Amino acid sequence: MTTAIFLQHLLNAMQWGSFYALIALGYTMVYGVLLLINFAHGDIFMVGAFIAYFIAVFLLGEGAFSLPFALPSWLILVLTILGAMILTAGVGVTIERVAYRPLRERGAHRLYLVITALMIGIFLEYLNLASLGGAARGFPELIETKIYTIGGVSFTNVKLIVIGLAVVVMVGLEVFLRRTKIGLAMRAISYDKVAVPLMGVPLNTIIAATFVIGSSLAALAGVMFGSAYHRISFDMGILIGWKAFIAAVVGGIGEIRGAMVGGFLLAFIEIFVVALGSVSGFEWLSSTYRDLVSFTVLLVILTIKPTGIFGVARRQKV
Amino acid sequence: MSLLQIRDMTHFFGGLRAVYDFNLNLEEGELVGLIGPNGAGKTTIFNLVTGAYKPSEGQVQFNGNNLVGLRPHQITAQGIARTFQTIRLWNELTVLDNICIARASRIKYSLLDSILHGPKYRKEEKEIKEQAMALLAVFGLEKDAQELAKNMPYGAQRRVEIARALATEPQLLLLDEPAAGMNPGEIGDLMDFIQRIRQEFDLTIWIIEHQMRVIMNICERIKVIDFGETIAGGTPGEIQDNPRVIEAYLGEEVF
Amino acid sequence: MKKFYLPLIVLLLFVAVIGGSWLRLFNEYWELVLLFMGINIILTVSLNLVNGYMGEFSCGHAGFMAVGAYVAGILTVWLFADDKVFGLPVLPAAWAIPLFPVALIIGAIAAALVGLLVAIPSFRTRGDYLAIITLAVNYIIKSAIENMEVIGGPRGFVGMKRVMNGMADVFDAPWLLIWTFIGMIVTILIIRNFVSSTLGKGVEAIREDEIAAELMSVNTHRVKLIAFMLSCGLAGLAGGLFAHGPGGYINPGTFTILKSTEVMVMVYLGGMGSISGSIISAIGFTLLLEVLRPLGLYKWVVIPLLLVVMMLRRPTGILGNKELTDVFPRLRVIFGSKEESYVSASN
Repeated sequence: MTTAIFLQHLLNAMQWGSFYALIALGYTMVYGVLLLINFAHGDIFMVGAFIAYFIAVFLLGEGAFSLPFALPSWLILVLTILGAMILTAGVGVTIERVAYRPLRERGAHRLYLVITALMIGIFLEYLNLASLGGAARGFPELIETKIYTIGGVSFTNVKLIVIGLAVVVMVGLEVFLRRTKIGLAMRAISYDKVAVPLMGVPLNTIIAATFVIGSSLAALAGVMFGSAYHRISFDMGILIGWKAFIAAVVGGIGEIRGAMVGGFLLAFIEIFVVALGSVSGFEWLSSTYRDLVSFTVLLVILTIKPTGIFGVARRQKV
Repeated sequence: MSLLQIRDMTHFFGGLRAVYDFNLNLEEGELVGLIGPNGAGKTTIFNLVTGAYKPSEGQVQFNGNNLVGLRPHQITAQGIARTFQTIRLWNELTVLDNICIARASRIKYSLLDSILHGPKYRKEEKEIKEQAMALLAVFGLEKDAQELAKNMPYGAQRRVEIARALATEPQLLLLDEPAAGMNPGEIGDLMDFIQRIRQEFDLTIWIIEHQMRVIMNICERIKVIDFGETIAGGTPGEIQDNPRVIEAYLGEEVF
Repeated sequence: MKKFYLPLIVLLLFVAVIGGSWLRLFNEYWELVLLFMGINIILTVSLNLVNGYMGEFSCGHAGFMAVGAYVAGILTVWLFADDKVFGLPVLPAAWAIPLFPVALIIGAIAAALVGLLVAIPSFRTRGDYLAIITLAVNYIIKSAIENMEVIGGPRGFVGMKRVMNGMADVFDAPWLLIWTFIGMIVTILIIRNFVSSTLGKGVEAIREDEIAAELMSVNTHRVKLIAFMLSCGLAGLAGGLFAHGPGGYINPGTFTILKSTEVMVMVYLGGMGSISGSIISAIGFTLLLEVLRPLGLYKWVVIPLLLVVMMLRRPTGILGNKELTDVFPRLRVIFGSKEESYVSASN
């Protein structure tokens, strides 16, 4: 494999990993605070993409409802992203308020919460499918695609933007969690849910904030995904959602760094396994086997270190 | 040969040394105490002996057999049983079930038998239930056999836990703070009770306790540990006057 | 005399269902519904052993169903049918009648063996991490089948219809319904007998407090192994029956996490740790799916909402961890009590 091709794959992996990482962050944050695997999260990603689609179509004047005047394209992009993030955060918080909180307050077994999350996910998917039809939609081009080629490696500006945004967001999140009071409270709650409220921290507010952040990050990933691949569908959240979830676990669920590392790690494994396969003659490692291989590798990692890379084993007192 | 021999047992949790060079010879029929301030490592020692943790260093021998590295259920089957500092009954199961399940190691019927419910199975299950009920009768709990464990009052739960430990037919019984949460009247009953089961079931007993009344009155020998290290050992009288022991408990009105 | 009530009722039920089908009293649609009820009961009761009684969180039941479906389906097609992949049948069609259950059992055993992939990690991991492993295994199984071109890959495998027709030609009886009914009874018996034994109660002890169980002489590794293999094996049985259903066609897309979710929903709806709850909810859920069929795709919009509402109103499911005989003690005359009759006279 030449350096150019290697770098090509590296860039692809970084882009793909950005999606996984952004979505994985939502899983891991909610798990850290609630010990709940929010299985609906992958579908929040899908919701974010579709909300962005409708906003963009509206702003671009392409749909049935549209603005009577045109806006500069950078503004459209910004409004789409912000609008999608805000609205999707609203969806996430509503789900928490309507479905998860009542069960939590009733002290329902954790597994019932997870089932509810699964149900909400299915509800979102089929609501989309039933009302919008199963055909994939073409995501409008919000960023004028430019292709650059340096030293045999070609990439689009979109790819760079995706990776750049993801990195900026993650750094921002780290800062938020370590420097702000809410962030501190979030991390504290993941260690002791009982004591923290007793210290005067409003549990419900923190949980809502967690869902806001997680959902808006997923929405961002949705917009970026649409911009990069121009194709969104009702089931786009299913596979990516599961994989992002596994990435979060492999990184150590509940650990923010784990979600970031896990997301990129998974993307690297996927892309390079396929790349190596086609290069070295192991054609059977082609993309149809890609998912199989990545799941198996992750299974292996979990067998070796069950709590994930950054995970801390919560020791049970005997 | 001692019933239980612990040699130079040391255990680390990561970088923290929880137990250091612990030694003990327990002879058959003895009633020995283990005391020390909170966090000294007493329960950890019980956990190490029963296999919940594997000791970082050291040897543990029971009836001449090495215990280190065995799974806990194997150690229990060899004849060591324990109760817990915080009660760990199977709450949603009945009192009777709690006792019966502890007889797991004595089950001789196979998986197939358990599915087909043949004559061998039914005979053994009948025996298990009868033995369990007999044990409950010793503890005065036979009326509560069908009650859920979580619905039993605290004192009764403690007795159920001891009964459950005895259901495994141990030679050595490890009691971890059996008097916790009891009032003085109950503690008096407990002391009689411990002596009684020691006699009736031919037990060697090793007991962790904070209630000095219990330790001083029924233990023949006591070991004192602090920060994982043994600081004293001897008869109750000797321990009571030991300056190191008094220092470890400094400020506590225990004697 | 009391002990004969239950077998009598079962026999009557059998005669009613099978006889009715034989006499063409039900139309094809209702036969299908009955078939799915039976299969769903097997799936739900078997998953309940692991998710309810043992308190684990297995999300991959459909994977084991897939193993059973493919193994049993391939076996019968290879042996008894003329098809593109395997060519001419190896044995005469008449042999299918006695050997059909054997194929089902082999499918179940295969599924139980694949269940080791989940059973062994369960020794060291619990809860959410084990859930992920079960998810991954489900996906790996589906993905592996998709990559086996020789048995159809993602397009699926077909031919079981010919086997069933062959059996019907030899002797016209509703064979699949018969074997589904028997499979259902066998499943209920196996699970019920196992969990009522002291050995089986170790499963619940593990759920309540695994460490205490291990320290009270329960060999937790052995018990977990048994529980998973029984559960996965019976899921394979359900899969084998499913494979020989009316279409005679299976594809990997049927056995996804969505299917696993359906089974999980039935288990939780009925109440974890309640066999009668599982049966009731499997029947109810199958009917619900049919009742809502006119809604088309909106079916899967309404059902999740209904279930969420149900969770909010009654978080422990229909029966919680009680059995039907706990709620209606007079039914003990028919079903017997959970404790066998030789419990000591102190009762």
